[in-house]
Amino acid sequence: MATVISNERLVNGVYHLRVEGDYGGTMGQFYMLRAWGAYPLLSRPLSIHQVNDDGVEFLYHVVGEGTEIFAELTPGDQIQLEGPFGNGFPAVEGKVALIGGGIGIAPLYYCAKELQGSDIYLGFSREAFRTEAFRPLAAELTVDVGGLILDRVDFTSYDHIFVCGPHPMLKAAQLKGIAAETTGKRPKVYLSLENRMACGIGACLVCSVSCRDGQRKACADGPVFLAEEVLFHD
Amino acid sequence: MPNTSATIAGVHFKNPIVMASGTFGFGKEYGKLYDVSLLGGISGKGLTLHAKAGNPGVRVYETASGMLNSVGLENPGIEAFLAKELPYWETLDTARIVNLGGNTLPDYVQGAELIQRDADQRALAGKPAVDMIELNISCPNVKEGGIAFGVKTPAAQEVVRAVRAATKLPLAVKLSPNAEDIAEMAEMCEAEGADAVSLINTISGMKIDVRRRSSVFNNLYAGLSGPAIKPVALRMVHQVAHRVSIPVIGMGGITSATDIIEFIMAGATVIQVGTYNFMNLRAGSSLVEELQQFMHDENISSLDEIRGIV
Repeated sequence: MATVISNERLVNGVYHLRVEGDYGGTMGQFYMLRAWGAYPLLSRPLSIHQVNDDGVEFLYHVVGEGTEIFAELTPGDQIQLEGPFGNGFPAVEGKVALIGGGIGIAPLYYCAKELQGSDIYLGFSREAFRTEAFRPLAAELTVDVGGLILDRVDFTSYDHIFVCGPHPMLKAAQLKGIAAETTGKRPKVYLSLENRMACGIGACLVCSVSCRDGQRKACADGPVFLAEEVLFHD
Repeated sequence: MPNTSATIAGVHFKNPIVMASGTFGFGKEYGKLYDVSLLGGISGKGLTLHAKAGNPGVRVYETASGMLNSVGLENPGIEAFLAKELPYWETLDTARIVNLGGNTLPDYVQGAELIQRDADQRALAGKPAVDMIELNISCPNVKEGGIAFGVKTPAAQEVVRAVRAATKLPLAVKLSPNAEDIAEMAEMCEAEGADAVSLINTISGMKIDVRRRSSVFNNLYAGLSGPAIKPVALRMVHQVAHRVSIPVIGMGGITSATDIIEFIMAGATVIQVGTYNFMNLRAGSSLVEELQQFMHDENISSLDEIRGIV
C-alpha cells in the first residue's frame, strides 16, 4: 500500500495524482493501480507522469468507475500500486519531437525531463492542462486547442518522434511517419498504445495488439511500439 | 502445519491451489512477482494444435463482481509451447497441467499425441514433463469447436474417447456450465476413462453498448467469470462430486481461503484460481498463506477431514 500525497483537479475530469514511496520506472512504463477492495475487479493501468525522490506521479482522465474512485482520493488515503510494467520509450539521441493528445500527454512529461531540449507538441480538444510544466523542458512548445496537433508537426525534421494520444491520432501519426519517407527523411516514430488490460503483466492476453510479426501484448511488449510495426484494423 | 496436499491420478499437489488456464499465462509473468513453486499446480494458457490469434475487438469488460472475456484462445500452438515454455516449467516444483483446446476432433487428437510424444521423450531423458492434460471442451469464445463439444454429452463423448485413446497422461476434462446436464457430462467422462473433471469454465454472457446499440464484443457473447459466478460453480461442483467417483477440480470466483474451503466441502479435491489473479497479482502466494492460517485457526489438520462434508 502507498500513501496519496495529493490529487489535484487540473481541468474538468483531469487529475494529477502524486503517490509517496520509492518507485522506479523508465519513460513510457506504467503501473497498475487500485484504491478499492474487490470491486471494480480490475486494477487500472496508468502511465508514469514523473518519478522523483519522494514518489511517483500520474495524470488521469475520469472515464469510468475506477477513475471516479481515484478522483475522490485525498492526501493520506491509501492506494495499491504494482509495477513498473511494460516497455517504454527508448533512450534516443538526435532531434526529438514529443507529441501528446489530451490525456496522452501523461507519459510525455517524463520523456520531456529525460530528453530535455525536445520540441513538444500538446493538443487538446477543449481545455489545455499541464502545459506550463512542459515549457521549461522544451526547445519549443506548441500548444493547440480544438485543432489537430499533428498538422503542426513537420515529421521530416526529426530523427525520433514519440506519440501518445487517442487511437485516430496514433494511426494518423503512423501515416505521417510513412509519408515522410517520400521526402527521404524518415523519422523513427514510436506510439504509446492505450488498451484495456486485466493483468498488466502479459498473462491474460486481453490487450493483444496486431503487429506485422503477429499478436503482441500492449502491456508486456508495449505499451510503446515502433509505429510501422502496428497494424491498425479500423 | 496442516496437511494441504492432494493427489489426482498419481499427480501430487502440495496444496489444492492450482492456477486456472487463461489467467496465468505459462506462469513466467507471475514468477517475476512471487515463487510460483509455492502453488499446488499451474494449468497453462489453453493450447490448440496450431497458433491462434484470438478474437478482434474488445476482449474484456467488467461486470458486477465479475468480468466478461472474449480472448478467443489466443495461443502460440502446442509445438511452440513445448519448445519455448516447457523448459521453464521444468524448473518449477509444482504440478504442470496443459490445457488442450481444439477446433476439430483430429485437432484434439493430434494435440494430445504431440504432448504424449514429448512426455515420452522427456521420461527417457529423465526430465520432468507435463503431469496432466486438462481437456478443454468448454471455451465459449471460439466459433468452431470449443463449447460446441461441451454442451451436448454425445458430442463431448466422442472427443473424450478419442483423446483418452491418444494419451496415457492423466486426463481431466474441463466442463462447461453451459452443458445441458453437467452431472451427466461428468458421468460420461468417468465412463470414458477420464481421471478427473474440472469445472466450471466461464458462463456465456453478454454486454450491450447502448449508445452504439450493439454488443461490445465482436462475437456477441463472452465468458463470465469472477466472484459473480461462485454460487453457480459451487452448486455444480457439489452436484457433480456426488455423482462421480473420480476427483473434481473445482473453480469459479474463488478469492479467499474460505472460498477454497467451500469448494473442498462441496467435494472438490483441488481448486483453481482464475480471475482473482487479475484482482491481486500475488493471489497465489497470498492464498497459500491464508489457507494454512485458516486451517490452523479452525483446527483442520488435513483437507481430507472436510472434503465433501456438505
